[in-house]
Amino acid sequence: MGALPGWRELPRGAAILEPGSSVRYKTSSWRVLKPVIDQERCIRCRICWTYCPEPAIHEIDKPYTAKSGRTYRVTYEIDYDYCKGCGICAEECPVKAITMVEEVR
Amino acid sequence: MGKVIPISGNYAVAYAAKAADVDVIAAYPITPQTAVVEKLSEFVANGELDAEFIHVESEHSALSAVVGASAVGARVFTATSAQGLLLMYEIMHIASTLRLPIVMGIAARAISAPINIWCDHSDFMAASDTGWIMFMAMNAQEAHDLVIAGFRIAEDPKVHLPVAVGYDGFLVSHTIEPVNIIERDEALKYAPKRVTWYTLNPDKPITLGPLASPDWYFEFRVQLQDAIEGAREVISNAFAEFAQHFGRKYGEVDAYYTDDADVVLVTMGSASGTALAYVEEARKEGVKVGLINVRLFRPFPEEFIAKHIENAKVVAVVDRAVNAGSSFVGPLYSDIAVTMFKRGFDIPVVNYITGLGGRAVLKDHIDHMVKHALSLVGKKMRDIKTHYAFVGVRE
Amino acid sequence: MLVEIRWHGRGGQGAVTAAELVAYASIIKGYYALAFPEFGAERRGAPVTAYNRLSDKVIYDRSPVLSPDIVVILDPTMVGRDVIHGLKKHGLVVANTAKKPRELAEILGPDYRVATVDATKIAMEVFRLPIVNTAMVSALVAASGIIDLDSLLQAVSARFSARLASLNEQVIRKAYELTEVM
Repeated sequence: MGALPGWRELPRGAAILEPGSSVRYKTSSWRVLKPVIDQERCIRCRICWTYCPEPAIHEIDKPYTAKSGRTYRVTYEIDYDYCKGCGICAEECPVKAITMVEEVR
Repeated sequence: MGKVIPISGNYAVAYAAKAADVDVIAAYPITPQTAVVEKLSEFVANGELDAEFIHVESEHSALSAVVGASAVGARVFTATSAQGLLLMYEIMHIASTLRLPIVMGIAARAISAPINIWCDHSDFMAASDTGWIMFMAMNAQEAHDLVIAGFRIAEDPKVHLPVAVGYDGFLVSHTIEPVNIIERDEALKYAPKRVTWYTLNPDKPITLGPLASPDWYFEFRVQLQDAIEGAREVISNAFAEFAQHFGRKYGEVDAYYTDDADVVLVTMGSASGTALAYVEEARKEGVKVGLINVRLFRPFPEEFIAKHIENAKVVAVVDRAVNAGSSFVGPLYSDIAVTMFKRGFDIPVVNYITGLGGRAVLKDHIDHMVKHALSLVGKKMRDIKTHYAFVGVRE
Repeated sequence: MLVEIRWHGRGGQGAVTAAELVAYASIIKGYYALAFPEFGAERRGAPVTAYNRLSDKVIYDRSPVLSPDIVVILDPTMVGRDVIHGLKKHGLVVANTAKKPRELAEILGPDYRVATVDATKIAMEVFRLPIVNTAMVSALVAASGIIDLDSLLQAVSARFSARLASLNEQVIRKAYELTEVM
């Protein structure tokens, strides 16, 4: 507590003067179960990306070739700094490519 | 100097908002405040006032809209009464703690139930814990002047707080009386627009109204207390400069005949006028009665009141509201009693509750209070068995 | 100098506006004046009371007028002893009635001065509506002299549109002539 500023030092009216400062707030600390994407089963439908409320699922320009030989232009990756482990992605995935696994810290 | 015109209290308030050149108005009509909103919308419609008039579906939205407009740096105004003020109550706390310099008129009215549109101070007093600076005007001229002074005080860099200007429903809001109207250029010389509070601006983004966890919240409530205490000096200066600009002198309180009074009456609003008329007559008959009119209610002007009751033998506080079940009953009484207790006054302070729901406050009622208070002269507070009485009610 | 006036009428006759016109005419002459209604829920036909206080000094008293110097009665059906309660001895009653002042004085008793005018008749002739307030303000001016006719006409032109102001001026001039004082 000693490190936090006193009321005289804080901006008036609880204004936060630094834009985008919320990125420093790593909401992943709330997570109990962690989503893991099976890149083999993933069909790149974008539903997890759409549904993630944070959004903590990134669509990355990284090609992926499955064992079946099919090549995808993009890869979906989870940002574990902000993923709260809500499980919506796993629930919505139409091919069950996302599994919620126990968080080990 | 402006010119004197015959005008109602409501119009006097609307003319003041116009003179202050407000940028945004959001208000919802409610008796007895309605004429303020009507007049302001007329000013906007006919081009006399270049402002956004935001039509809203409730008072909750009205105050929310002016909170938003103030947060982008607009000079904003709203007005309400009674149930409307209660609907604003939630947002009043937000406006003060976010430190937004809103000015609001309150045409003071009773609260339901039963339904009653007439004057008392139940609505005004219910808002007295919201962190707003609060004034109560005695007449239409004061209501006009205090709205303009209100902008200067609210927007002062040392303050950044919302200001409410109360004036009695009907007794001031609907009474035609002479008012010296302040013109826009004079008002803006006295209360120039200067945006020094934190505002939302896409070019320089900030966050207003965030969540504050237990690690942070407490500090901002302390800031609010510090700000409203610090406003005392700004209010004194604003009144002094008001007198220089416009020739009308206002104080946090007015005191009449208090130097040698055995009984000092303490009143607020239009009843102060009736009480003053009574005191002038009673003095001619040798009754040693004095009067304090409380103009500034928040921050409560303790020092000024203490000074004027120094020689009193009994203090008689007149309330037009009831805080049922409290230790004090009348809300003004509670502030006066604490003021006296903190300074070790050991004289009776008694409470007369009168004029609820538009019941007339007559000089006869004041006379009854003063006669009763005079019977307590020489007693100590601990000798008093009953601290309050209802005056003008049927038994 | 303090003059207190009480107005009695019915919703729609303009008692509140009458009191406001008197205040207006006094204030533009540099006097201090208040006009305030006995605030009620406004309904056409319901009894309405309004008040004036006029002075050369600031008026603080905001209580209703209980002992007026003047009572003005806008509605002929209300003329009687009930509405003059509290009227000061030698106070003035100004009534809208077809009766002569002497006839009315017999009803009210000897303690008061009485002025009458058939304001309804005048209003019906000019407006074709029984809106009697400006006629009764004029009767008040004629009987009491508390404000002058010019100030009243100024107040009327400030308050009403040009067309209504001119009709009201006709009413005011007629009522001023026809008011009888005892």
